[in-house]
Amino acid sequence: MDSSFLQQMFNGLTLGAVYGLIAIGYTMVYGIIGMINFAHGEVYMISAYLCAIALALLSFFGLHSFPLLILGTLVFTIVVTGVYGWVIERIAYRPLRNSTRLAPLISAIGMSLILQNYAQISQGPRQQGIPTMLDGVLKFHIGESFVQLTYTKVFILIASLVGMLVLTYVIGHTRLGRMCRATQQDRKMASILGINTDRVISWVFVIGAAMAGLAGVLITMNYGTFDFYAGFIIGIKAFTAAVLGGIGSLPGAMLGGLILGVAEAQFSGMVNSDYKDVFSFSLLVVILIFRPQGLLGRPMVAKV
Amino acid sequence: MSQPRAASLLDFRQCMLDAVLAGFIALIVFGPMVGVVLDGYSFTFHAPRLVGLILAVAAGRFLLSLLLQTAPGRRWAGRFNGDSGGVYVRPAHRRSRLRWGLPLILLLALLFPFIATKYLLTVAILGLIYVLLGLGLNIVVGLAGLLDLGYVAFYAIGAYGLALGYQYLGLGFWAMLPLAAVMAGLAGALLGFPVLRMHGDYLAIVTLGFGEIIRLILNNWLAFTGGPNGVSVPSPTFFGLEFGRRAKEGGVPIHEFLHIAYNPNLKFVFIYTVLIMVVLLVLLVKHRLTRMPIGRAWEALREDEIACRAMGLNHVLVKLSAFTLGASTAGIAGVFFASYQGFVNPTSFTFFESALILAIVVLGGMGSTIGVVIAAFVLTVAPELLRSFAEYRVLLFGVLMVVMMIWRPRGLIRISRIGVAVRKGVAP
Repeated sequence: MDSSFLQQMFNGLTLGAVYGLIAIGYTMVYGIIGMINFAHGEVYMISAYLCAIALALLSFFGLHSFPLLILGTLVFTIVVTGVYGWVIERIAYRPLRNSTRLAPLISAIGMSLILQNYAQISQGPRQQGIPTMLDGVLKFHIGESFVQLTYTKVFILIASLVGMLVLTYVIGHTRLGRMCRATQQDRKMASILGINTDRVISWVFVIGAAMAGLAGVLITMNYGTFDFYAGFIIGIKAFTAAVLGGIGSLPGAMLGGLILGVAEAQFSGMVNSDYKDVFSFSLLVVILIFRPQGLLGRPMVAKV
Repeated sequence: MSQPRAASLLDFRQCMLDAVLAGFIALIVFGPMVGVVLDGYSFTFHAPRLVGLILAVAAGRFLLSLLLQTAPGRRWAGRFNGDSGGVYVRPAHRRSRLRWGLPLILLLALLFPFIATKYLLTVAILGLIYVLLGLGLNIVVGLAGLLDLGYVAFYAIGAYGLALGYQYLGLGFWAMLPLAAVMAGLAGALLGFPVLRMHGDYLAIVTLGFGEIIRLILNNWLAFTGGPNGVSVPSPTFFGLEFGRRAKEGGVPIHEFLHIAYNPNLKFVFIYTVLIMVVLLVLLVKHRLTRMPIGRAWEALREDEIACRAMGLNHVLVKLSAFTLGASTAGIAGVFFASYQGFVNPTSFTFFESALILAIVVLGGMGSTIGVVIAAFVLTVAPELLRSFAEYRVLLFGVLMVVMMIWRPRGLIRISRIGVAVRKGVAP
């Protein structure tokens, strides 16, 4: 095991944890209403803008200590992105609940075009950035060479793990989570039993968007720059992660994200970083052909 | 649900509450993004446009609440959920009113190049290319109900097929025209065959990924495709006659052959004429196909896949035929696009292009041919006329898609079909 392998492994894990966070939004929405939410990548893109805006606002009001700054940014971004998720569902998807199968997909593409152009018009087409917030690096020597763990990446790993744990708790042990699981299993039955399924679906969109918001802050901390087009590629990759893990399965999304991140990092380290996106998309095609139910998902059965 | 009040009594308090709530949500949503504009690591406030936007949302919500309390408003809202019918079947023996208009339009279209300026001609060519793309995607999305989000990849295969085919193999416009259709169709079949066996929604994401793969390869494979710099494309020839002022290597320019004055528009006139022939041919083929068993099978599969499989239709082959046919149409359109531009590079084949073609199909009506032709011209020619709104073009496409899906998921023009009459002497 040489150090470059370990280094890419670590980079891949941080990247993959973030993919997993975004994949949660895809997988939960798919699980509950059986629809691919194409606008989800755009929600992540909006959250990257929100993160930069929150940072700028907070530093304008004289907040400079890192813990307060990051906490404020996280809370602001997650809350506002969650509201975005709610609004998107309310406008573009809820009126189509009983429509044809194709209608919500096309509406979602329309929504993603709207969000992209909205960010471009309101914030300008140029690339945006945030200052580095967390300096410093942990070095581990292995023989001659060494592995670098920047504090930022360590923070990303920890924050996304915490996010996933909180979500697992919410889904597994709260009233809302129980309603989500019931609605996912059988929407009609759940509504007969007195669950307001429309509200549960809204909550699923809010939770998915909030996770994308967390991911937006973390990715922006890592790369430092973003533009209005950033959601597209990350969106497809997160969807790949969701499919890899088995769409509809929460642990699957997290696992799929980690595997995809590591695979992509190793590919760009060993083969060619120009083609790392091609690699991820090809992986998506290959998984869908050979194992469409993913690693942890159950095969889909058509019900009449 | 509460009991509706008497129609004359409007509940203004409720409307105000709705409006305030909508305004508050608009504040959260638009506040940071519209009100605060990033400028490096700092920012500037843009209060007026934020306030305007919030007031617009609140006023809109107020009017909507008011409208929904009146009887006509409720009737209007009730129409939104009435999308049960598939194809509208007209009575037998009904003749379309278009049958007088069509020859006139055809005549105008054929005479068009002789009266148009070069600018108009190029706009018309672009419009026709999108008609071709729209017709192709309409087979896939409109008739077969398969969502193809990487349609632009097949378009790129056609365009780059001509450019690279000339550069490496010396193939010209005429050789590539059928070859591009075959190549794109083959790529469609290779991609579609494994994917079409699965759940329908996955096709959308796989084709989206495929479109990006093609674009990234075109962009990154510098040695073969020229990367972002693109490749130049030769001008088409007509039986070996060239359209330039001077012929290359022993060729004969067409204006010398015909003994007419040189006209730089000739190339575009030629492309326009061939293109309109191809469009008419595709229209004819599509018109015939929808009346053949295969066309009926596409539409039946779109409406209910399980029922079709129960009736013994091979759903994979039926879907694959639609997918392949759509792909090869895009390949042909790509050849025309490449020779029209004289140059191809990867920026012409982004996801936005796929979305634009999808918007054409959605606006025109899923499966409706005339609707797609009109929508293609509206969506490609309108941006040329409305240059000042260019910034909002994508936004408008997005709004169009969402609104159309809510308002009329089957497009502005519904598919209709002439019914079949029972012949005399045949037992019913």
